[in-house]
Formats: sequence, C-alpha cells, structure tokens
Amino acid sequence: MGPVLAGVLQMLALMAALALAYVPLGDHMARVYSSGRHWRVEKWIYRGIGADPDTEMRWPAYLRGVLAFSAAGVLFLYLLQRLQGVLPLSLGFRSIDPDQAFNTAVSFVTNTNWQSYYGEQAMGHVVQTAGLAVQNFVSAAVGIAVAVALVRGFARSRTGELGNFWADMVRGVTRILLPGAFLAAIVLVACGVIQNFSGIHEVGQFVGGSQQWNGGAVASQEAVKELGTNGGGYFNANSAHPFENPTPFTNLFEIFLLLVIPFSLTRTFGVMVGSVRQGYAILAAMATIWVGFVALMMWTEFAHHGPALQLAGGAYEGKEVRFGVGASSIFAVSTTLTSTGAVDSFHSSFTGLGGGITLLGMMLGEIAPGGTGSGLYGMLVMAVIAVFIAGLMVGRTPEYLGKKIGTREIKLAACYILVTPALVLVLTACATALPTPAHSMANTGAHGFSEILYAYTSAANNNGSAFAGLNANTQWFNTTLGLAMVLGRFLPMVFVLALAGSLAGQRPVPVTAGTLRTEKPLFTGLLVGAILIITGLTYFPALALGPLAEGLAA
Amino acid sequence: MNNSVANTARLLGAGLRALLVLTLVTGVIYPLAVTGVAQALFRDKANGSEIRADGKVVGSSLIGQQGYSLDYFQPRPANGLGANSVNTQYKLILSGATNLSADSDKLVRSVEEARAKVVEDNSTPGHKVKPSQVPADAVTSSGSGLDPDISPDYADLQVHRVAERNGLTADRVQKLVDDHTEGRTLGFIGEPRVNVLELNIALKELLASR
Repeated sequence: MGPVLAGVLQMLALMAALALAYVPLGDHMARVYSSGRHWRVEKWIYRGIGADPDTEMRWPAYLRGVLAFSAAGVLFLYLLQRLQGVLPLSLGFRSIDPDQAFNTAVSFVTNTNWQSYYGEQAMGHVVQTAGLAVQNFVSAAVGIAVAVALVRGFARSRTGELGNFWADMVRGVTRILLPGAFLAAIVLVACGVIQNFSGIHEVGQFVGGSQQWNGGAVASQEAVKELGTNGGGYFNANSAHPFENPTPFTNLFEIFLLLVIPFSLTRTFGVMVGSVRQGYAILAAMATIWVGFVALMMWTEFAHHGPALQLAGGAYEGKEVRFGVGASSIFAVSTTLTSTGAVDSFHSSFTGLGGGITLLGMMLGEIAPGGTGSGLYGMLVMAVIAVFIAGLMVGRTPEYLGKKIGTREIKLAACYILVTPALVLVLTACATALPTPAHSMANTGAHGFSEILYAYTSAANNNGSAFAGLNANTQWFNTTLGLAMVLGRFLPMVFVLALAGSLAGQRPVPVTAGTLRTEKPLFTGLLVGAILIITGLTYFPALALGPLAEGLAA
Repeated sequence: MNNSVANTARLLGAGLRALLVLTLVTGVIYPLAVTGVAQALFRDKANGSEIRADGKVVGSSLIGQQGYSLDYFQPRPANGLGANSVNTQYKLILSGATNLSADSDKLVRSVEEARAKVVEDNSTPGHKVKPSQVPADAVTSSGSGLDPDISPDYADLQVHRVAERNGLTADRVQKLVDDHTEGRTLGFIGEPRVNVLELNIALKELLASR
C-alpha cells in the first residue's frame, strides 16, 4: 500500500468514527442543555458560585456572566504565572514576565492557546495543571454555552430568555468535557503518553551520560487540549512531541477528539430546534469544506513543491516519520479548521500552498467544523448571511428557522463577520509597516510576511497554531496578539448573544411555499459558496502576498 | 453609578468563585485521578516508557537520541532542537522544528549537506550509495526534533556501513533491521518505521553475544 492510499484510508476511518459518535454525543449534549435536573456535584458548585442555576437570563445578563467569568480567568491565570517563582510544586521555575504572562493568560482564557513560551523551560506543575489545563476545560465550556444560547434564540419565541450562563457553563464541564477527557486521557496513557509528577529528572542515554527530561501531567492535559479544541501543548513541539502523541493511533485519536464535539454540536442544534435535518444541512456544509481542504492539502504535500522539499524528495521537514505526510495533512487541516491550533507537524515547513491552506482554514472563521461552540455559532451566523443573500436574490424577506432576518439581525451578523478580518489585516499591516516587528521573522520574503499574517490570523480567530519560526516573545507581539485574541473572542460573542436575544424575542413565521428550505442540499451549497466568496474577497490580497506568492513560485 | 460598580464587583466575585471551584475540580481532582489510574494500570508508560540495556536505563523507546557513533544506526537530523534560555539551573532540551520554509536557502543548504554526509558515511568500498537513494526523512529535521524513528528505506541504506564497521555480514544486519521494522498500525494508520534506539540496543546485544 502506498502512502497516499494509507492517508485516504485514515481519513475514511476518521469519518466513520465521527459518524458513529455523531448521534449519541449530539443527543447527549442536547439533553445536557435541556435537562431541568441538577447533579449533586453541580449543586455544590452553584452554591460555591452563589448563583441560582434556574434563573433565566436575557442576553445582556448572559453576556455579563461570560465576561465576568472570563475576566476572572485572565486575572487568576496572570497572577498564577507572575507568582510562579514563589509557588510550591513549580520546579523552582521563575515567574513569567508581565507581557508574556498577559499574553498567555489571555491566550488560554480565549480558547486560543497561542504560546510565546516554551513549555519545557517556563511552566511548572502548578501553572500547567491548575492554571492552563483548567482554562482548557472552562474556555471550551464557555464557547459551547454561547452556542447553545444562540440555538435557544432560534428555538424559543416571544421571550428574550436564553437560559442560565452558570448552569450551561458548569454542565459543559461536568457532563461533557470532564467525562470525555478522563476516558481519553486513560486511552492516551495506555498508548504511551506520560502522566506523572516527577518534575525534571535525569534519564540515562545510550551513548552514555544522562539528560534532564521533563515529567508532568501530560495525558490529562493532552486529552482536554484536543477535546476542547484548545491546542496548547505541554511541550514546545506540541502534538509532534512523542510524549504527547506517541503512535500513529494516538495521532488519529487526537484528530478525532478535536473534531468530535464541533461536528456533533450540529446534531445538538438540530434536536434543539426540532429538526435534525437542519443540523444535517449545517453538518454537510462543514464536512464539505473539511474534506475538500484535506484533499487539497494531501495533494500539495504529496507533490512536495518548493526547492528544499524537491531536493529532499518529500515534504518531511517538520514532520514525524510515524505519522507521515498523509496523517500530518489531515491533522494540519483539522486543527486550523477548528480553533484547536495543536500541531503534529510544523506548518511553516509545509509547501507554500499547504501553508496557505492552513491560513485559509483559519480565515474562514474556523467554522468547518470550528471550535467547541464557536464553530457552531460562527456557522449559524454565516447561515444567516447566506439566507439574507438568497432573500436579496428572490426579493423576499429572508427567514431562517422560522425567524425573520431583519435589519437588526443582519447588522449583528455583519458586525460579527467584520471583527476578525479587521483585526487581522490592520494589525498585520501595522506590524509590517513598523521597523522592529519584522526582526522577529525567521524566514525572508513572502514566507516572512506569511509568518506575521499567520500570527494575527491565528490570534484573532483564537486558533493558536503558528508559523513558529516567528519570535513572538517580544513586547510588541505579546501585547498586540493578546489584544487580537481578546477582541477576536469576545466581540463576536457580544454580537452572537445580541442576535440570540433578538431572535428569541420574535414570534415564529409560518412556513409557506415561498420559504427557502434550509434543510435541503441547495442551501448547503449556497452556504458553502457564501463562506468561500466572503472569505476569499476579504483575504485574497493578503494571501497573494504571502502563501500564493511562495506556492506559485515553487 | 455606585450601583453599577457594586453590580460589577458582585459579578466578578461570582466569576472568581466559579473559577476557584472549577479549578479544584478540573485542575486538582481531575489530574490526580488520571495520574492515580495511570500509575496503577500503566506505570511504565505513564513514566515515559524507559528502556534498559545491561540493566541500565538508556533512554525512552519514544524519544529519539542524537550522538550515536557511525558504528550504530543514525537518527534523523534534529536542527530544531534547542537548549533552555531561562531557568538555567537545569539543562533542558527544548523540542521543536526548524520552521524553515520550503523555499528557504538555508533549508536547501542543510538538505544538500545532510545528503552529502549520508552518501559519504554510508558508501563502503564494496557498496556505493547514490544520492538518489537517500530518502527524505534522512535529510530533514522532524517536527519535535525527538523523532524516535527512521523510515525502513533509511535503515536499509545504513545496513552495509553498520555491517562493515562491526564485522558482521550485511544479511545478518539486514535481518536485524527487518525484525525491528514496524508496519502501519492495522495496515493503514501512520507510516512504516524503525525505532533507532531499539535497533541499536539489539545491535549492541548481538555484538556482545558474539
């Protein structure tokens, strides 16, 4: 069997596994967010918070909960890093500098997990497990909560109420992420991912002498890193490091983990709005883009264009032998089409076009299938836009799921899709125009520009992967990327929740012969087209200067 | 105004309390529970799959090493590996890739040099290696810099050199390589590979038993 066929078969196996999980997990999540019962442990947590989980919230209250909880997260994680030097169980590592601590705190709270630090040398046990890994759970749970609030906006009528933020967030942790991560962590350990608290210890070497290696609670963090589409590695090499991703099987398993919640949430959506076929239409749009991107990536990586890769005889720079080109291509596309940003191979050394595909994946807004929660709400906003475009074409007031898409709704959706491009393009332009940021580039020419474009695209879309040659640990990059992450995460959430409130307040419009059937393949096609055209028009000039210039020269 | 400040403070307080409670659950209990199960059921793996030769720990079967003499099989280049720049009371290895682009002159030169060296090292009087025989993994750095494996092609390429330097027949060494070649998992997952450390330990044992 050749590597291309093996790559295709791995993709098919992955699709089969995701298909098997789709209905049970999607239905489970729908029950989680519809149930009126609280678990005993959840009641304890609510008592600790001092919140009544049964109080319905309108959108401003829901948003205040999101913002207060996230602000507390940033503050806590910032202090934890600043105090690392005096914390116990921190291996004697010194405190993190203010700009890097700000960047990292924001990065993990916004589900980005951009890392301007090296895990091996910077973060001790306490910051990793009680700081970074905690945000891996709760930032993902916040994302799902906001998505569920939007779904309730479609499902409910003549009420402004969207549910209770504390209940939604806590249940995401206790009923979805925690059980899933626990099982996944055990599977990972069984395959060789480490899980210990041995700190830094000496390990003998074959040629004599010994080396100092890091131990740590890696499996527990790795599991939720993928399941919550976080992506922040325990080690600098992330999922390329054999202690995070030891075998070809764990590699495929980790790809599965990072895709399973975002894809299955379309089922949850379908169940909650009372038509699973609406969920299938959204799923089909996500899957079309994902499969298409994987096919393109495999094509360009197996063709290995580019002088250095042609000379080497294969695109193996930055890739591990055990995964090979095929599985690395699947991982790269899956991590950039979700908000994960974990890597099992280094995107900077991909072919010019391959690097461009990872960039474009993030630029689509990470909606195919996207991050935990953020993928679904991003895709639903695009669906609103697509319905609006269709309405313009036939001259009817657009409707989606029985709700009118009026002036207010389309304004909110338009604001949503403008936030990240504005952040990416303005900040990239500033960084390129100023004299010093360019000193951080590891490569010159088109690829150097791509490094900066990639950094802001990754930060503003809350992905976290990098063209990692860029030295991002400077005050300029720590600060501006931090701002891009905050604004790229929370401004869209403001618009999503406002949209949800507006939709929930409407009375439903009856379906008539003139209604656009959004559960049909025609709509899926329209949606995919709208996504590609809008993103393409927004980013084409920037892409032309970076990856396209590099890829077409090869 | 006072009212909204008080409200904001109250809300932030709730956020902080929520975070602390969830930190206890997901940041303390969860990792300890996973560690407990991992250490009870998979102690060796949870502690890094350490591998022994002559009763001594000589590394981990998962982590590639550098610095083997030419008597032994060589790993992939690891030009992306680094050393720690902070907390220098330790000597840590920073995993990582070169991140050089496909059109980088630096990468082109590094591939050229690596290939020339592979050809030179592995050409013996009775066995000339051609540049076109050198596989891609032999001249490129991995993503982690700690890739424990090489492709079977690269292992095969080294057979004559290793045999000659150790006074073994090429057939004997080839058999060793074949025994340590692992195919794709279930026939289609990942790529075929040879674990360099395990192969070199087996080679050392073979030499010792002569």
